[in-house]
Amino acid sequence: MKHNFIDRYARGDSAIHRIAPGVKMGSALAVVVITVAVPEWPMVFYGGLVAAMCVVAAMARIPAGFMLRRLLTLQPFIVGGALFALAQPEGWSMAARVLVKSNICLATMILLANTTRFSSMLDVLSRLHAPSLLITILSLMYRYVFLLIDQTERMARARRSRMFIRGRRSWRHTAGIVGHLFVRSVERAERVYAAMTARGWR
Amino acid sequence: MHIPDGFLDTKTAVTTAALSAVAVGVSLRTLKRSLPRRRVPLIGLAAAFVFAAQMVNFPVVGGTSGHLTGGMLAAVLLGPAAAIAVLTAVLLVQCFLFADGGLLALGANILNIGIAGPLGGYAVYRLLCRLLPGERGRLVAAAMGGWSATILSALFCAGELAWSGTIPWDVGVTAMVNVHLLIGGAEGVITLLVLSVIMRTRPDLAGPATGEATGEGMGFFVLAGGVVTLCLVLFVAPFSSPMPDGLESVVMQLGILDRAEHYGAAPMAGYMIPGLDSPVAATAAAGVVGTALMFVVGYVLARTLGEEKGGEKRDEREER
Repeated sequence: MKHNFIDRYARGDSAIHRIAPGVKMGSALAVVVITVAVPEWPMVFYGGLVAAMCVVAAMARIPAGFMLRRLLTLQPFIVGGALFALAQPEGWSMAARVLVKSNICLATMILLANTTRFSSMLDVLSRLHAPSLLITILSLMYRYVFLLIDQTERMARARRSRMFIRGRRSWRHTAGIVGHLFVRSVERAERVYAAMTARGWR
Repeated sequence: MHIPDGFLDTKTAVTTAALSAVAVGVSLRTLKRSLPRRRVPLIGLAAAFVFAAQMVNFPVVGGTSGHLTGGMLAAVLLGPAAAIAVLTAVLLVQCFLFADGGLLALGANILNIGIAGPLGGYAVYRLLCRLLPGERGRLVAAAMGGWSATILSALFCAGELAWSGTIPWDVGVTAMVNVHLLIGGAEGVITLLVLSVIMRTRPDLAGPATGEATGEGMGFFVLAGGVVTLCLVLFVAPFSSPMPDGLESVVMQLGILDRAEHYGAAPMAGYMIPGLDSPVAATAAAGVVGTALMFVVGYVLARTLGEEKGGEKRDEREER
């Protein structure tokens, strides 16, 4: 499996990784809330936050290139939204504020995802009495999403290697991949249930 | 369409989070009561399926591509309560692992994409299923449901951004709805195509597989919801001023968004139909025309896919 790109550095081992997941989630939430809720901070504050995040990223040994790439991937949404904020009086300051705030929150969440395993985040959520059904769904989803992405890629590759047509009709064939993916997911769910029951899940 | 952090102010974030928490709680309870234990893994796998399906690209003219959002498909295949649970899981993972959609905006994103869209779309789907009997009717209903779900989500999103004071309502709603007329069209068509594949290969899986009430019991509410959603999509969505000049020039000059390109390529760009004087009447008329067009596309597709058995073989021979 070649695509554990989602939270590539979550399994690392550093001082940051060893901090209790609840603490990390709490501080990420605090940073986001403070950034969003307070209308306007002096630029020094934002500068300080960015510097703090750089220190955390360095301590967690997350490459700067990776962080920047992740930030860039999500820029279109933010820049697009900020553009529309221009269409009102004082649009420029609103747009600038939105850009800065969004990017700080974004960087916070990327840091959280890459210093904390998803399963330990789920542990924290379930200790906070999140609905157990939701936790079960999330753990199953995280467990199988990589397999299903793999399966999708295999199906798409098989289709490409067997057909040579492009264009209008390809939507129907692509929909075929999605449809069969669903059928296979249902069948896999049946096997998963059998396996879970065999291991004493109640 | 995921709202990042920083776009919503505190009151909007808190209100939407509270609304979503209640709705997700209710749907989880419904699901817990109706879902057989052996179907629990199915919900988790369905969430993974929606996630993987979103990565499948459908090529659109000009090098761009669209993808399925999956809310409507989940509602048709699993039932509305399960769809809410599945989409909530997907949005949570997108927020925590991809930073796609903000943490404080999570409530708003769940409300738009995970609750309003699938519920409204499902209501439209049930309504049209009743009006159009048979398998073809079901396919058309699913396409129209996907279309309404997308536009309803966009409307909610524009409303939240306006309430936060980030993007004015008229600008937000015009831009969002214009873009989502196209995205919603794609969503509807893909939902129809995928559903037709499943109905052909495993018809037993094409209905709500969770044993959930499909809305027969509360027929009136579901149908009323369908009517309300359709009215919203038809009349409120286009009930916005045409693209303000200032914004149009901003978008055109910068031209860095492919959304702007989409917008330029829209068949009814600017929502104006010549011959109608009042811009409001013209935008409303354009909304009705767009919906009618979606219906025709759905109907034609459902017809051709309905006669699949003979057609498929002939097509295969041609390809060889």
